[in-house]
Amino acid sequence: MTATADSGHSPELPPMPMPTGPPAPRTAPDGPAADGRADPPPASAVLEVAGLDVRFGSGPGQVHAVRDVSLTLAAGRCVALVGESGSGKSTLGRALLGLAGPTATVTARRLRIHGSDALAFGPRQWRAVRGRRVGLVSQDALVALDPLRPIGREIAEAMVAHGLVARRDTGPAVQALLERVGIPDPAQRARSYPHQLSGGLRQRALIASALAAQPDVLITDEPTTALDASVQARILALLGQLKADGTGLLLISHDLAVVEALADEVAVMHEGSVVEAGPVADVLAHPRHPYTIALLEAVPGRRRRIPEPTGATATGEQTATGEQAAAGEQAATGEQAGAGGAALLVVTDAVKHFHGARGVRRTAVDDVSFTLRAGETLGLVGESGSGKSTLAGLVLGLIAPDGGQVRLAGQPWSARPERERRAERHTLQLVPQDPLSAFDPRWTVARILGEALAAIDVARRDRRAHALTLLEQVGLSVTHLDRRPLALSGGQRQRVAIARALATRPRLLVCDEPVSALDVSTQAQILALLRELAGSLGLAVLFISHDLAVVRELCARVLVMKDGRIVETGPVERVFTDPHHPYTRELLSAVPGEIGRVARAGTVPSRPTEEN
Amino acid sequence: MRSAIRPVVVRLLGAVGVVWGAVTLAFGVLQLIPGDPVNAIVGTNALVGPEQRALLRERYDLDQPLFTQYLDHLGRLATGRLGDSYQLQQPVWSVITDQLWPTVELALWASLLAVVLSVAVTVLTSGRSRWPRRVSSLLELLVVSTPAFWLGILLLTVFSFHLGWLPVSDTGDPRSLVLPVVTLGLPIAAILTQVMREGLLTALDAPFVLTARARGLAEHSVRSRHALRHSALPALTLAGWFVGTLLGGAVIVENVFARPGLGRVALQAVADRDFPVVQGVVALSAVVFVVVSAVVDVLYAVVDPRLRRRTGMVAA
Repeated sequence: MTATADSGHSPELPPMPMPTGPPAPRTAPDGPAADGRADPPPASAVLEVAGLDVRFGSGPGQVHAVRDVSLTLAAGRCVALVGESGSGKSTLGRALLGLAGPTATVTARRLRIHGSDALAFGPRQWRAVRGRRVGLVSQDALVALDPLRPIGREIAEAMVAHGLVARRDTGPAVQALLERVGIPDPAQRARSYPHQLSGGLRQRALIASALAAQPDVLITDEPTTALDASVQARILALLGQLKADGTGLLLISHDLAVVEALADEVAVMHEGSVVEAGPVADVLAHPRHPYTIALLEAVPGRRRRIPEPTGATATGEQTATGEQAAAGEQAATGEQAGAGGAALLVVTDAVKHFHGARGVRRTAVDDVSFTLRAGETLGLVGESGSGKSTLAGLVLGLIAPDGGQVRLAGQPWSARPERERRAERHTLQLVPQDPLSAFDPRWTVARILGEALAAIDVARRDRRAHALTLLEQVGLSVTHLDRRPLALSGGQRQRVAIARALATRPRLLVCDEPVSALDVSTQAQILALLRELAGSLGLAVLFISHDLAVVRELCARVLVMKDGRIVETGPVERVFTDPHHPYTRELLSAVPGEIGRVARAGTVPSRPTEEN
Repeated sequence: MRSAIRPVVVRLLGAVGVVWGAVTLAFGVLQLIPGDPVNAIVGTNALVGPEQRALLRERYDLDQPLFTQYLDHLGRLATGRLGDSYQLQQPVWSVITDQLWPTVELALWASLLAVVLSVAVTVLTSGRSRWPRRVSSLLELLVVSTPAFWLGILLLTVFSFHLGWLPVSDTGDPRSLVLPVVTLGLPIAAILTQVMREGLLTALDAPFVLTARARGLAEHSVRSRHALRHSALPALTLAGWFVGTLLGGAVIVENVFARPGLGRVALQAVADRDFPVVQGVVALSAVVFVVVSAVVDVLYAVVDPRLRRRTGMVAA
């Protein structure tokens, strides 16, 4: 692995046309690779690539996924690759491991791993590099780890494959590694299967398996995207620790807040090309390319949002903390009944237990009370497992409460039999997290919307016209009417899901993490749409999210949920600037980026709550 | 402790229900076959007067109302008595046990052939290049769409009559087992291969395979350690069909190759209206099905750790 012929290999590389380059002032070669263009690379450069192109297929249907990308990864440095999904980030990451797939054609002017010319690698040489020199950590550890094997064996596999440890001696090495990535009780955890671990522990196990053969560089592909804010913060801390220990990182992410926390340099990717690159502070503070500016604009919490004063936020000084919160909330809504419109949804002392394995009783929703008025947007925040979705199920009448009750529009809701409830179901609708799994993939958009329209007795011949009106309402057009969900982008799918929810002319939308699976820029569009629709149609919205920044964008009032209880409630600005409950503070400080920094620093800006 | 016993009890009750259903159905269907069972008892050529017929009826309880006969039958089965064969004049139990081994031998070899063949073909034809897969798919389609008796006759014609390599019928020579096993196992192998290859290709597209490759694993380890186990899951689902095909196929194969066995006995018994034998075979196959599906459930949990809690087993 100590090839000395640094310059000797260059002439053998396939001739590549010189890049014309996008008209950005800072193009890729001057960015991360700025110090290594003409001179021999610095001693610490582990992976060096210049002019990388990846094409899929051939002929007219060819897709040019990555165009002329150059970067250098060095030990102890973190380069971030930012862009929307489909911008070619992941393809680039895989191409660096020689794993772009059988249909891909990868060309480059220069691709050197540990001084060896990787363009001349055969399968055997690639295998020697993968895991040993460059490791890969993918996004969702639940699917990125073999679900049928214990994590210990997955980790040991890499050690054995590279001949570092004999198969029967892997036990202590695996445990040491699990301990290094912060997994408690490593001896026992090594025998766990991925589905038995929480999201954070799974991601740690995946990182451990990528570290097993002691690579110098890790390619981390969206390492925190599917995780809660606080888990995300801990994983980022782990990656930061690895970086400090001397591992080079290529951080692929669409989340600029994550990038800001970890990266030294950043390359912004758009449609396969790097449009802007440079030190992270520079690029984020003074973006030059329009795409980078748009990407930064889209980050929730970064925009200057002017809180709209509504009746709901006028509750003023609420000193409710913890247990008193729910009671205080109720008293407040009692007084407010005239101010903010009629109470549409009243949840009183709702309780729901689940019976787990071996007779363990778990309380998913514990004595929760709140009121949602017509036209109000209420946020519900908490980590996964805090009971948010169960509460949504109670509100939707899909789960029967074990105690307490839910009233809708002044009528009993949870207490009525389903037969009676069905006629009223159109007044409240769900916007799901992942519309792709909430749609029948074989149905066209017209049929999906038609089914919802049939529920409020729209005649068959009128449904298409109605469906089109709905699509236009959510910013889509007639061209989308005959598409199937798989032919739509993530944002378009979520728009169709909103259109379907609106089809029955509801008064209440329950949005269960509607934007958590979307890119930041798409996320911003969907949030704008929701805000506009709620305003123009006078909808009440119960907005469930683990993302505090998103809730702050959209909601006037927020409920913070932990272990099935509402621990804090109040106007969103007050909760964010002056959190009372320790858990809220913990949630806030876990958010990477601007909001989190404020909370971490403990310097709560004196944003006057009186402005409401 | 109670939560561990409960699924087992539910399972056993279900098993009893399945056997009862199969036996009841067989009883009902046999009543619909025209002809007098007394003929089966006395034989078609015997000259028997009406008095003797009445006597026989009484002896075999055929003069009782249908419902009483049914209850008697269930009662006997519940206590493990299968009755006497009308035709062979010996206990059904001994008829079945005499003929069991040749069928079991045939079925086991055929299963082994099917599993080994399908795993081998799956692994060999799921590579990057497409043509082995295409050739194999074509052959699979051909084998699946060929009726079993026709396949048997074809193999006999080629290997026994023309080439003379293998014996035509059962001679006690192990070689006489080859053609029946191939006839029975080949169609099963063809279907299993299709299902497993589909599963293997799906598994090879999964993210964890990318992770495994990114660890520096060689392609054969990726396949054998990761993907193959995933492809076994859909194949396990076919176990019920597998057993059904073995039992049904045994009837055809034993007749084509003139082998002794349960299949042949069952066919003969149906033709002769030999009720007790048919009932015995039906009850036996119901028990076999129940046992196999229980074994498959355990196998599922062995292969897929995600299912362990649901089946009442504790994840190690």
